[in-house]
Amino acid sequence: MQRALRRKWTLTAVAWAVALLAFFPIFWMVLTSFKTEIEAVSTPPRLFFHPTVENYLAVQARADYLKYAWNSIFISFGSTLLALAIAVPASYAMAFFPTKRTKGTLVWMLSTKFLPPVGVLVPVYLIFRDMGLLDVRTGLLMVYTLINLPIVVWMLFSFFKEVPREILEAGRMDGAVAWSELYHLLLPLSLPGVASTSLLAIILSWNEAFWSLNLTAANAGPLTAFIASFSSPEGLFWAKLSAASTMAIAPILVFGWMSQRQLVRGLTFGAVK
Amino acid sequence: MATVKIVNVRKSFGEVEVIKGVSLEIADREFVVFVGPSGCGKSTLLRLIAGLEEMTSGDVFIDAVRMNDVASAKRGLAMVFQSYALYPHMNVADNMAFSLRLAHVPKEERDAKVRETARILQLEPLLARKPKELSGGQRQRVAIGRAIVRNPKVFLFDEPLSNLDAALRVQMRVELTRLHDELKATMIYVTHDQIEAMTLADKIVVLQAGAIEQVGSPLELYHHPSNLFVAGFIGSPKMNFLRTTVTAAREAALAVALTGGAELEVPVDPGPLRAGRPVTLGVRPEQIALSADGPVPGEVLVVERLGGATYLHVKIESGEMLVVQVSGESPARMHDRVRLEFDREHCHLFDEAGLALPRASRHPLADQKPRGGSGAAGG
Repeated sequence: MQRALRRKWTLTAVAWAVALLAFFPIFWMVLTSFKTEIEAVSTPPRLFFHPTVENYLAVQARADYLKYAWNSIFISFGSTLLALAIAVPASYAMAFFPTKRTKGTLVWMLSTKFLPPVGVLVPVYLIFRDMGLLDVRTGLLMVYTLINLPIVVWMLFSFFKEVPREILEAGRMDGAVAWSELYHLLLPLSLPGVASTSLLAIILSWNEAFWSLNLTAANAGPLTAFIASFSSPEGLFWAKLSAASTMAIAPILVFGWMSQRQLVRGLTFGAVK
Repeated sequence: MATVKIVNVRKSFGEVEVIKGVSLEIADREFVVFVGPSGCGKSTLLRLIAGLEEMTSGDVFIDAVRMNDVASAKRGLAMVFQSYALYPHMNVADNMAFSLRLAHVPKEERDAKVRETARILQLEPLLARKPKELSGGQRQRVAIGRAIVRNPKVFLFDEPLSNLDAALRVQMRVELTRLHDELKATMIYVTHDQIEAMTLADKIVVLQAGAIEQVGSPLELYHHPSNLFVAGFIGSPKMNFLRTTVTAAREAALAVALTGGAELEVPVDPGPLRAGRPVTLGVRPEQIALSADGPVPGEVLVVERLGGATYLHVKIESGEMLVVQVSGESPARMHDRVRLEFDREHCHLFDEAGLALPRASRHPLADQKPRGGSGAAGG
């Protein structure tokens, strides 16, 4: 009894320590964003100071935050919707009508993730240039769709696998064609899985920086490009960079907070029966 | 009206052939049971009729219309699955109305049909519940209700009672028989349980390893099994088999040797069999009696008392074990020495290939129609 209690306390302490460690950089960034540039770089660092919003005003004065934010929302939600539209039928087919090559196809799709993105940067850049897709939102949306497609297909595939085959067969006997089977049975039954897959795809797209920095500029740049623009020519302005970063992660943080139950439920779906 | 006809159906999964050329005719309003050990292909055969699996070759006709290329839903069938396969996110009423909703039946008509079906199955108080809030028996009734609502030509049941406890299974068996009588529909039912097969069927189809062993009424299979497999599969406890030899072939009878030196004359058509040929004698536990001057001596090794009846496991001198069914009142105890007498009228003989020798006379109930009265199936 004593030992079990001690174990429980130790685990709780470790969990809190890990959580605080992970949270600390974000906490410090938000704190820094309310300091003056002088306070931001002072040693020793200060925990208590007179907060100011001048950094936020400066950031907004230099770049149009809302435009970048809208680009981020458009691209991450758009690419996720497009990826789902492709992946749902694909995963449905692979989960319920497997052939000899299904496993191979799945592994091949995942293997595209092994490739370092920089390896295809030049060809993709040239294709985009020739097609007039550089600094165009739709262009980045398509890239993100393709980047996330393997993960989305894999996740949906494993969630669909959890749905008992007989339920779909019963639906087929009841007169459901493929479309109504998906709409009335499969999607409602795997809703937690579809939701967490979508959330993950949105977050991954939101945070992606490599392609957004290389393929966009002032016109179609999402928030990652917005942050990057504050670490350039004039040198580093920590307070302003922190303010920009805080503004960049705020929407996804709020979004993640609201959907965390759905996310956890989806990611542990099937693990605990 | 709904007849089902299967012609030379084959089905392979990869290299493995699981249905090896099955042909069968099912009459209108017949209750047909596919029975066999697990892996014999009975569920696959049902799924081929349903259109849930594609045939490798052969044809399926429903009401004389070829169904090979017709989608499951358009075949006029309804299926009840072993796992019930209810839609977990819909309540009972929506589960039953789903097929009508897909067929764009107006809401009032849908509700009326669901209510009527719920009344037949006594599901009315449960209509608003989700499947997870129901007991196993209730789920089973909803699954049957979902089938009835569609008013199908043929009902297909895939081991529907095997997830229920014993008491409920007996109750559902009676309900299914009553339902068949009430709905006057053709039903095809798959089970591995020969008691379910015997009690429910008008016609039993015994399958083994993807092929039909015998088709017949329950009592026909019981009294006139065509081979060793059917003889051993139908009946509980299973038929005793003794290896022996023919001692004499007579007109409409064969005499065989019994352990202990006696001879038993079995009323079968001897065919080409003559003295000296090896045969297998089959005798059911209920057709062996203890008798002070019985010809076969043995020792009781195990006594199983069921209350109404008692099963004695008797070892005879040849070393073979026989199960004997005696009255529950029998005082027999372990290690008692007993003498056994076989009811020769009900003994079976099988040749070296395992085929039954035709009995000299048909059992009077073997060809009886299941329903009395003046109904279409009566007579």
